[in-house]
Amino acid sequence: MNRVKDFFVRAGWMVLPFLVVAIIWETLARSGIYPPKLFPSLVTVFEALVRLVVSGALWTNTQGTLVRLVLGFALAGVVGVLLGIAMGRYRVVEDVFLPIVSIGYPIPGLAYAPLFVLWFGLGDLPAVLLVGLASSFSVTINTWKGVKAVREIWLRAAQAMGANDRQIFLQVSLPGALPYIFTGLRLGLAQAWRILVAVEMITAVLHGLGWMIFGAQEFLNTDVMLVGIATIGAIGLLLEKQVFARLEAHTIVRWGMMSA
Amino acid sequence: MAQSIEVRNITFEYSGEKGTVLAIDDVSFSVAQSEFLCVLGPSGCGKTTILNMLAGFLKPTEGTILIGGKPVVGAGQDRGVVFQDFAQLFPWRTARRNVEFGLEMRCVPESERRESSTRFLKLVRLEKFADSFPHQLSGGMQQRVAIARALAYNPGVLLMDEPFAALDAMTRDEMQKQLTEVWQETKKTVVYITHNVAEAVYLADQVLVLAAHPGTVKAGLRLDLPRPRDPLSAEFVATQRHLLGLLQH
Repeated sequence: MNRVKDFFVRAGWMVLPFLVVAIIWETLARSGIYPPKLFPSLVTVFEALVRLVVSGALWTNTQGTLVRLVLGFALAGVVGVLLGIAMGRYRVVEDVFLPIVSIGYPIPGLAYAPLFVLWFGLGDLPAVLLVGLASSFSVTINTWKGVKAVREIWLRAAQAMGANDRQIFLQVSLPGALPYIFTGLRLGLAQAWRILVAVEMITAVLHGLGWMIFGAQEFLNTDVMLVGIATIGAIGLLLEKQVFARLEAHTIVRWGMMSA
Repeated sequence: MAQSIEVRNITFEYSGEKGTVLAIDDVSFSVAQSEFLCVLGPSGCGKTTILNMLAGFLKPTEGTILIGGKPVVGAGQDRGVVFQDFAQLFPWRTARRNVEFGLEMRCVPESERRESSTRFLKLVRLEKFADSFPHQLSGGMQQRVAIARALAYNPGVLLMDEPFAALDAMTRDEMQKQLTEVWQETKKTVVYITHNVAEAVYLADQVLVLAAHPGTVKAGLRLDLPRPRDPLSAEFVATQRHLLGLLQH
């Protein structure tokens, strides 16, 4: 019985902040301070959601965005982890790439967008590449830090047990760096999201949530814009909880290297 | 097979802020096969440095170290090392997989590894915790896994750097008892670093008393007390007093 109660209490606390925001929103929308066209009521937004789901437009746009996100992020993940590892392991690679990565890290990825459009044209290619570029920096830097931060005592223990360089690297450095690598991927994914929505507005992709939001501006479809924004939030949360939280629960949390 | 250890006139210098510092000055000792040596000394006497040289992590500035008659060049599977820090275990491996690490590095087939890890986990009485991850084990249990891990690939020599120093007194007593049993069962040559006089008297066949700044040998002592040793017996206490006296003068 207590369990059931606990569940409802926890669910209540989770819903509460959203409820507060919704009430404030609705009060403002109905107060008449702003024209309903610019500040739609939640009912209108919900209707727009139903409309977009039924017509399939929401799915088409979400799909377009997700494909770009996955491709771009995968690119960043692979390149970033490999480069970060190489930097952590080989002094030469570190000397060459650390300055480049350090300078590149604080530059907003969006700053490259006009350049990429000129180089690669409009559409998916520049969008994917920009996403990849923007998210690769945090993956690289964190992976590098992780390899560097592997405990000396693990390396010594492995050495004492006769592990050669390759074995130490695969069996100790890599798993030891995993908490940092996950942090890098998490940050990278957040950056990928941020830039992707903006990039879609610039590179004129065929379908995408960013494009949907941008396009709705022309017709003052604020309800559609809000549906797009909410969808982005929902997918972000889903990726975080279903992908990252699970991966971590299976590895570093299970190993006690990070508390749940 | 256990191996003997021969340390001849080793010195160790490292470069500090004010030029080179002599940490170890002309230390010699030898340990026979299957003998238990305790290196006893105050902090700053370089006892861990000596162990690190035996393990091959550090190279003596001068002098030679022979293990089983062969000079030490780097770390190797002829020696097992147990550190003080509980964090020495790999957190991403279960107790069993930690114990199997050394054999895995040697590409020993899985069935054989399993046999060995089962045997050594049993020896340290942790067979029930084979599938636990280190963070699920207490400090004393983690140190026992570390001992099993250092023994599993069958080195001739076991090097231990204050492995029980961070444990509470009651657990430590139990660990010392178990270690004696493990040592009698496996017949390894052991070099055990400690700053605890009672621990040295309980464990050692031979005690090497060090003085600090720089680390030098102050005295060597053979202990012939019968085993298992009783810390409350008159001769135990007398030996302890004698060692304390040596440390203080």
